[in-house]
Amino acid sequence: MTTPEGPDERQVPPPSPDAASADEPEVRGAEERDREHAAPVHAAAGPMERFVAAVTGTSVVVTILAFVSAMVVGALFIALSEEAVRESMGYFLARPGDALSAAWSVSAEAYGALFRGAVGGAYQLSETGTAAIPLILTGLAVAIPLRAGMFNIGGEGQVIAGGVVAGFVGFAVTGLPFLVHLPLAILAGILGGAAYGFLPGILKARTGAHEVITTIMLNNIAIYVTDYLLSTDRFRLEGRSDPISKTVEASAVLPRIFAGLRLHWGLLLVVVVAVAIWWLLERSTFGFELTAVGKNPDAARAAGMSTGRMIVLGLTLAGALAGLAGGAQILGLQQRITGGFSGGLGFDGITVALLGRGSVGGTVAAGVLFGALKAGGRSMQGATGTSLDLVVVLQALIILFVAAPALVRAIFRIRAQGPATGELAKGWGA
Amino acid sequence: MKLELRGITKRFPGVVANDAVDLVIEEGEIHGLLGENGAGKSTLMNILYGLYTADEGEVLIDGEPVTFAGPGDAIDAGIGMVHQHFMLVPVFTVAENITLGVEHTKGLGLLDRRSAEAEVHRLSEEFGLPVDPHAVVEDLPVGVQQRVEILKALHREARLLILDEPTAVLTPQETEDLFRAMRSLKESGRSIVFISHKLKEHKAIVDRISVLRRGRIVGTADPATTSEQELANLMVGRPVGLTVDKADRETGEAVLAVRGITVLDARGKPAVDGVDLDVHRGEIVAIAGVEGNGQTELVRAITGLDPVAGGTIELLGRDVTAFGRKELLRAGVGHIPEDRNREGIVGDFTVAENLVLPMWDAAPFAERGRRRFGAIAEVAEREVDDFDIRTPSIHTTAGSLSGGNAQKVVVAREFARPLDLLVAAQPTRGVDVGSIEYIHRRIVDKRNEGAAVVIVSSELDEVLALADRVAVMFHGRLVGPFPMPVSREAVGLLMAGATPDEAMGATR
Ligand SMILES: Nc1ncnc2c1ncn2[C@@H]1O[C@H](COP(=O)(O)OP(=O)(O)OP(=O)(O)O)[C@@H](O)[C@H]1O
Ligand SMILES: [Mg+2]
Repeated sequence: MTTPEGPDERQVPPPSPDAASADEPEVRGAEERDREHAAPVHAAAGPMERFVAAVTGTSVVVTILAFVSAMVVGALFIALSEEAVRESMGYFLARPGDALSAAWSVSAEAYGALFRGAVGGAYQLSETGTAAIPLILTGLAVAIPLRAGMFNIGGEGQVIAGGVVAGFVGFAVTGLPFLVHLPLAILAGILGGAAYGFLPGILKARTGAHEVITTIMLNNIAIYVTDYLLSTDRFRLEGRSDPISKTVEASAVLPRIFAGLRLHWGLLLVVVVAVAIWWLLERSTFGFELTAVGKNPDAARAAGMSTGRMIVLGLTLAGALAGLAGGAQILGLQQRITGGFSGGLGFDGITVALLGRGSVGGTVAAGVLFGALKAGGRSMQGATGTSLDLVVVLQALIILFVAAPALVRAIFRIRAQGPATGELAKGWGA
Repeated sequence: MKLELRGITKRFPGVVANDAVDLVIEEGEIHGLLGENGAGKSTLMNILYGLYTADEGEVLIDGEPVTFAGPGDAIDAGIGMVHQHFMLVPVFTVAENITLGVEHTKGLGLLDRRSAEAEVHRLSEEFGLPVDPHAVVEDLPVGVQQRVEILKALHREARLLILDEPTAVLTPQETEDLFRAMRSLKESGRSIVFISHKLKEHKAIVDRISVLRRGRIVGTADPATTSEQELANLMVGRPVGLTVDKADRETGEAVLAVRGITVLDARGKPAVDGVDLDVHRGEIVAIAGVEGNGQTELVRAITGLDPVAGGTIELLGRDVTAFGRKELLRAGVGHIPEDRNREGIVGDFTVAENLVLPMWDAAPFAERGRRRFGAIAEVAEREVDDFDIRTPSIHTTAGSLSGGNAQKVVVAREFARPLDLLVAAQPTRGVDVGSIEYIHRRIVDKRNEGAAVVIVSSELDEVLALADRVAVMFHGRLVGPFPMPVSREAVGLLMAGATPDEAMGATR
């Protein structure tokens, strides 16, 4: 009944690119104009700043086209991995039609199965939702620091920290009523992740240690500490020698929404969190300060803002969300901590946030999309035999295209407005 | 070469930046471009340099129509542009920077350093642009970096040079040097487009002036026969006052009391060396000095941007030496930073957001952590009106404003709140004459309301026009302040390191 989501489960694509663009309207209006000014971020912008600006500055259209490009290249891979297509390639020059129609039918079939597997019915929708829950959270865990100009690679470690702490509270604390135990376990997960995000934050604010380096290191620490914990009697399930923990008390389980479907109430948590984060980033003084620090740290400091505080809070908040994702996986789905239970969720979050262009709406939409890919991919593998690894390939392709907007523009011959050369720096005359 | 622009039109959302502009630049001519902030000067030049594409119109070189897909094409066609923010590699030497992209190589693609340096030396001799080819660019003052930029363009065989407000960051001496080089470029048959808001400079160096107003050419003028006043009127379209009216005013208590402060530079040497300064209510103290004598560091320390290594700073009798930036700003200190693009505005934020930047979390712009967009918009609309900030709307990103209009945003927001002390570094840099008049009036108003004002400016005219007392920074030490009137010559001598006795004695 509770199939633990193994580390091998990754995602695949449904043909609904529209989903990727739920964005605040005001930003969209500014989009084209922003292109004109993409270059003069400020003269001293390093590669990191330029990367962040490139990702968050691309227009919705380019993002969607990046997704479409990935799908097309993905179709090529599907076709080429198919025996029949490869055979017809042999006489491609004689009868090119054969090869093309074989390629078309194979990839159309695979994508069809993928689509049906994602949204074809109640079960499929439930699976899509279940997969989307942690993806949205880890996506936001990347999107928030991106606002402040930071790249959180540590989602994975933060998911693990949250999951382990939540799970521990879930099985080690007993005798509490449901209404106390579940919130307590969830809160523990959030705090565990937050603490794990605070660490790279304080290191960066105090010593300047780059968050990309520290969070990568912290991921490894989280993985191995979990392995160690799962080998101790305090955690390990009696009678088992493999890394699997005791079972979470029934009073700490995030219940399912519908009987027989895996979708759990974590979904509600995600909705609440997404709205709260949107408000925080778009409407609150905190979000304004965070964004200012990301856009121009010198001007932010000159305006009396605290860059150090924003660095610490940004990463801590990110950790909290990733921790919640870990907690929801353990309390809602697995009910046991296993080695590698996070299964790359933190890294998937990077793709989700990039495809969502760092905005809250975009990240939620991208999370749902990737949840659908994940769920649909599994049933595609069953139905057509196309490898689930295709989903990983698609994910990589999407990153590639999103991170290289110039490439997408070249493919679709969209003219970048104004200077794309980076040569226009704003001077006094500007 | 002869360059001709015909019917150039460029629209941005909400503005027509250039409206059917016709312009002819003759061979061997220094052509001045004059116009209010946002008139479209930089846009026109960016089109010429291939950075923007015109919506309509054509560019002709020696009678032949040309199209530029990017600056690369423009450079190939013999056009060079020097932006105010230089595009140099800071850790490379002068010679490396100049030859970057068109490196001198010997067989096997090895860099030929010797021939590169010889070439740089030759160019610099020929045009009177002295540089040391071996010097590392980041160690050089702005004026020299600008020379390197010009040499870079010349090395790529530019026959037409665009200089967009080159003098805005130069000292008077550096400006003189630049003019000398411009004259020798002209003698060699090269053409120059020169943009500046300083009418004097146009009169000093330019052969012919074209005036832009709201995207259109409204006239050309001969600098020899047109007075500054006429130029100003032509540009703004109304009579402009070029002097500041300033009534005498009683000064009050000391607002700022600086005692023996020392500030260390990045290398640990004192940039500010034991400076004392009192500034009272109702007075403007102007600090003059050649760039790099510690004014920047002094201002940064007083306004809480950098820590001091020794000494104390008091604000209205309270020791604020250890105050953070935010505490100081909220305690009634206003600051107009020197480098607007770096510290003044967040380019991706809207004009409205930038207009409340230092008050982002204070009433009435925020309430218990919630930003109040109504209050923000209200103040922003008012500031945009008061300061005549030319922007399509308050929701336009500040980064798309013209240089002078961005400066007005930075200035405007400091006047929107009650201040006891205003510290303004280069408050009118890049601003047109009409707006200088307005900003000066507002600064005098602030003083009349009883604020203490400190102005740091490399513009002697500005210093002499505004100051009640004037001081000079030299080698990290403050000389003065001396009550006005102090003659222009005396200030100049002090800036060059003369003692007060020498300076005053020589001129009084
Ligand atoms: N990239 C852009 N996007 C949108 N609007 C722009 C852009 N560049 C310039 N503008 C607008 O075009 C107009 C002309 O700007 P431009 O920079 O050419 O003025 P300018 O004459 O150089 O002024 P200044 O003296 O202040 O430098 C301004 O209203 C400005 O807001
Ligand atoms: Mg300009």
